[in-house]
Amino acid sequence: MPSTDEIRHRIEAALPGSTAEVEDWGGGDHLRATVVAPQFEGLSRIAQHRLVYDIFGDEIGGPIHALSLKTSTPS
Amino acid sequence: MSEQTDNPIRDAIAGAITEHPVILFMKGTPEAPACGFSARTVGALQALDAPFAAVDILPDPRIRQELSAISQWPTIPQLFVGGELIGGADIVAEMFESGELAEVLGVEQPVAADEAPDAVPTNPPNMQIENRLA
Repeated sequence: MPSTDEIRHRIEAALPGSTAEVEDWGGGDHLRATVVAPQFEGLSRIAQHRLVYDIFGDEIGGPIHALSLKTSTPS
Repeated sequence: MSEQTDNPIRDAIAGAITEHPVILFMKGTPEAPACGFSARTVGALQALDAPFAAVDILPDPRIRQELSAISQWPTIPQLFVGGELIGGADIVAEMFESGELAEVLGVEQPVAADEAPDAVPTNPPNMQIENRLA
């Protein structure tokens, strides 16, 4: 199970210029990430969330039971 | 999405998504959600009094596998409107709060709906695909 810090680093590394806050919502496997990334500009919410989910691939639903997302663009 | 494959489960899911104007894939049933995220999403739809079909993905792991392959979305629940993926629990909650969900569903946003209430049990549990469109 990746730590909240590891998740944060991986999001920020995959989306250069982004900032992520990751908190544990319980049990260590229900995580919530708030991500602000320039890459989200012009994308639908679906597409924004997919960008983040794609970083983790099969880990979502596996080691990361649930990753709740809130995405926005820097403004 | 409507193309026939030699994968009956995938065909059934794709067919259900096409067939139902509003369809929610969830863990458990609207009357007995088996996960907080599914419960929250059902709660938003019920708060808007929006009719929806619901599919419990828990009885067979292949349902979730094939659904995610179709939608390219890894988590449950997944809400589809007009054959398009609207989102999971987070997006549905955000859209409910902003009034966008009511807009997409073509229903009235109730007054003072700033938070999705918990799902309220209404009918006895149903077995699989439930069509509430009467």
